[in-house]
Amino acid sequence: MERRALFGGKLLPYTLLLPQFAIVVVFFYFPAGQAVWQSMLMEDAFGISTEFVGFENYQILAADPDYYKTMLTTAVFSILVAFLSLSCGLLLAVMADKQIKGATIYKTMLIWPYAVAPAVAGVLWLFMFQPSLGMLAKMLRSWGVDWNPLLNGNHAMILVVLAATWKQISYNFLFFLAGLAAIPKSVIEAAAIDGARPMRRFWTIIFPLLSPTAFFLLVINIVYVFFDTFGIIDSVTGGGPAGNTTTMVYKVYQDGKAGSNLGGSAAQSVVLMIIVIALTAIQFKFVERKVQY
Amino acid sequence: MVERQTLFARILPHVVLITGVCIVAFPVYLALLASTYDAATVQTGQMTLLPGNQMLQNYERILFSGTNSTTREPVGTMLMNSFIMAMVIALGKIAISLISAYAIVFFRFPFRMAAFWLIFVTLMLPVEVRIYPTYKIVADLQLLDTYTGLTLPLIASATATLLFRQFFMTVPEELVEASKIDGAGPYKFFKDTLLPLSVTTMAALFVIQFIYGWNQYLWPLLITTRDNMQTIVIGIKKMIVTQDALTEWQLAMATAVLALLPPVFVVVLMQKLFVKGLVETEK
Repeated sequence: MERRALFGGKLLPYTLLLPQFAIVVVFFYFPAGQAVWQSMLMEDAFGISTEFVGFENYQILAADPDYYKTMLTTAVFSILVAFLSLSCGLLLAVMADKQIKGATIYKTMLIWPYAVAPAVAGVLWLFMFQPSLGMLAKMLRSWGVDWNPLLNGNHAMILVVLAATWKQISYNFLFFLAGLAAIPKSVIEAAAIDGARPMRRFWTIIFPLLSPTAFFLLVINIVYVFFDTFGIIDSVTGGGPAGNTTTMVYKVYQDGKAGSNLGGSAAQSVVLMIIVIALTAIQFKFVERKVQY
Repeated sequence: MVERQTLFARILPHVVLITGVCIVAFPVYLALLASTYDAATVQTGQMTLLPGNQMLQNYERILFSGTNSTTREPVGTMLMNSFIMAMVIALGKIAISLISAYAIVFFRFPFRMAAFWLIFVTLMLPVEVRIYPTYKIVADLQLLDTYTGLTLPLIASATATLLFRQFFMTVPEELVEASKIDGAGPYKFFKDTLLPLSVTTMAALFVIQFIYGWNQYLWPLLITTRDNMQTIVIGIKKMIVTQDALTEWQLAMATAVLALLPPVFVVVLMQKLFVKGLVETEK
């Protein structure tokens, strides 16, 4: 990022950076530091005094079966949403990439769910699967399924997975479409001349060439499930039933909301911070190889 | 393609895509339907796949008077709040990122790289990992239930700064040199040369950030307590009551439709800019 022709001015660059810095320091670094500090404090039972306890909050967390359950829930949720939305996105992108009539209209009709707020997406899906009045819930019941996401943890999980997948397909579709457009048509035609059928062409040529896109999307999808599905969970299940849809982020919110366990909530925040750092590092290490700044 | 396509091969993409479009649209279609029925029909699950006749009444009631139960705030107010929040966040992010990136790319000063990293690292500190400490600061600054509290903490943007930085680095140096020869200072160069060049990037970013701002959930949930400060995305969640009998689903669905229309409109109308913004902010 070296340039030769530059402007002078000693104070000006700092003045230009000031607004961003002020916000970043006050609302990002300071609270993040506070979270780290709080994670090493513990209040007594009556909330009168606070003492420094080092890593005790982390030890409590590591011994808490509830926390492992939350981690498992988050993992299951991430894997299901990533798998479903990536495969649907890929299938639709492969179809839309063919030279067919109306490709632009299909594209428009498939990308808009990106713009729907997670909480709103959650409410839409809840309405369809609401046990007493939802249209699809009634259908399931008529088939003999005892559908009740308000009581059954697996049903609740299915519902949040569906809502989260629905919202994410458009994103994966767009990026796969861009990835497909970047594959030189001559390579595919060469394979066709050699007699490779469409399915074979897809698995041996197109799919491997798309794998960088797929890997990038996998990371993005995991980040999405970790952080952006908060609205879906809060509006559809509130983490229930019996904590079966409580993800790691949702637990930080709940534990802190009750107000009794600020240290524990802060320790969980720090664990999440480490996860984001790891995911971002993976993302940038990968992207750097592909895109040259 | 070199081979002749069978009828099946020609029809298959359309079948798959139409199925996809229908599945994707179905939840919104149902919401739209529900918003045209009266409470009793929706409540007892008697709704059919054709619209009812209560559409105007439902939307009028929700926009100007609100629901009976939990939130009595008219959705009109919520829409206004959401709009203000989305606009301030989008424009604010663009403004401060534009000048930060300008400083980093076009000036040489001590700690320039440190400044860059300081902004970059915020990518790894989303609101979700610092929920309560950030809430406490906003509370201490007396910013709860204010538009400032709702928007200011979300205005910092590493993504936007990175995007502008990347774009600025493609601006040919000859342009800077030519401006300097013409006697232009940093302000004039920014205003007359750089800004006009950045219009498309700014527009693409605006589309993405408007959607981001409109769809905020966790932050307004923490920061707003008064009903008249509620955004529509929060308002709709509060209309869904766990005891089904209290939920006025036809009104909740009308609100859902109103909540998703503005950002969806933005995406559909500005599709090119949207795709550009989405692809570039992820690079």
